[in-house]
Amino acid sequence: MDSVHDLGGVEGFGPVPVEQDEPVFHHDWESRVLAMRVLMGFWGKWNIDANRHSLERLPPAEYLSLSYYEKWAAGLVNISVEKGLITRDEVAAGRPDPAAGKQTPPVDPKGLLSFMPKGRPSARDIEATAAFAVGDQVRTARNMHSGHTRLPRYMRDRVGEVVLRHGVHVLPDVSATLTADAPEHLYAVRFDARELWGDDADVNHTVTADLWESYLAPAG
Amino acid sequence: MSKDEEHTHAHSLLPSEPALRVRAIETLLVDKGLVDPKAMEAIIEAYSNDIGPQNGARVVARAWVDPDYRSRLMDDATAAIAELGFSGMQGEHMVAVENTDAVHNIVVCTLCSCYPWPVLGLPPAWYKSTEYRARAVRDPRGVLSDFGVTLPAETETRVWDSTAEIRYLVIPQRPAGTDDLSEDELAALVTRDSMIGTGLVFAPGGA
Repeated sequence: MDSVHDLGGVEGFGPVPVEQDEPVFHHDWESRVLAMRVLMGFWGKWNIDANRHSLERLPPAEYLSLSYYEKWAAGLVNISVEKGLITRDEVAAGRPDPAAGKQTPPVDPKGLLSFMPKGRPSARDIEATAAFAVGDQVRTARNMHSGHTRLPRYMRDRVGEVVLRHGVHVLPDVSATLTADAPEHLYAVRFDARELWGDDADVNHTVTADLWESYLAPAG
Repeated sequence: MSKDEEHTHAHSLLPSEPALRVRAIETLLVDKGLVDPKAMEAIIEAYSNDIGPQNGARVVARAWVDPDYRSRLMDDATAAIAELGFSGMQGEHMVAVENTDAVHNIVVCTLCSCYPWPVLGLPPAWYKSTEYRARAVRDPRGVLSDFGVTLPAETETRVWDSTAEIRYLVIPQRPAGTDDLSEDELAALVTRDSMIGTGLVFAPGGA
């Protein structure tokens, strides 16, 4: 999806806002958003890819003007309404529909603390022949769809070299639609900065990204 | 009290707008039984106190003092990091990348905010900023100068754009003059930024 979340290489934002001795949370409400966002995932109504896509679909002006945790809160409400966990009327009223019964949260503190060290691995233990080997030159896709993808715009139709093989991982483009995992081989592909940014780029600069097999074709 | 002061005072006592909105969402989710408030406290507690860059610093210090550990870390970072008790959410698949005189690694997520939570905790605001996400892949030396870091021109700036569920941990160079330090003393020198690649590690008293 070609929206403003795809920020790599966009110029004009200015220097990085470095903050000395930055606290983990700048406001108490930020920590509440983090906790809600993690816990609502346990309903199994979405996955990390659909979750990311909910943020990417925020209106571009909002995406750029909201703070990070405001974006998370907005994305959480949107996806929770979309998946039927809450309704628009409930959001507007700030309280549950009196006709809806109280539910039981899918995870308690004990369940959460045993989940955290495991997480949700994206690797899949399946047999699949890898199309590429370390050292291969590959060209990234030129065509892109309007759904969720992890091929950044600045890396499209560019030639790079496979530097690592990560095994077989869930493909975000399909996973975000919640219809299938569609696992395929994942590779770290390294690009010379001049291939990405033109001849004036620093000769001692490379960019490496993790790209799925279906994003890649043999170069040449 | 002037009118202006009254105005400021009134505002400072009121919760900010996002705080109000977030409280409304939390009330709804809790009252509907969608989230357990005790589980909320457990998450906030974990990321406020237990899961932070002090974890990654232990990995780096171990790699500096124990060549066998270093080689396991470079070979299978997920397993080597789990040896020290760090694993899971937002760090399910780890890769360690080592800085040398020839190569300086920098990690960014241009598409969102991917970051290795088990070893570094939650990302700082600058890591999630449009400024960093936009510029790190295009002008890494400019970004480094915002952090006060200058590298030799011949050093490769190797930027890793975290586009998948692989999380990268930068192993900074061990500073000279630290041969006599213990593993714990070394860990205390390792900063969060040095494990993202926007900082270097210095010996005590150095800068």
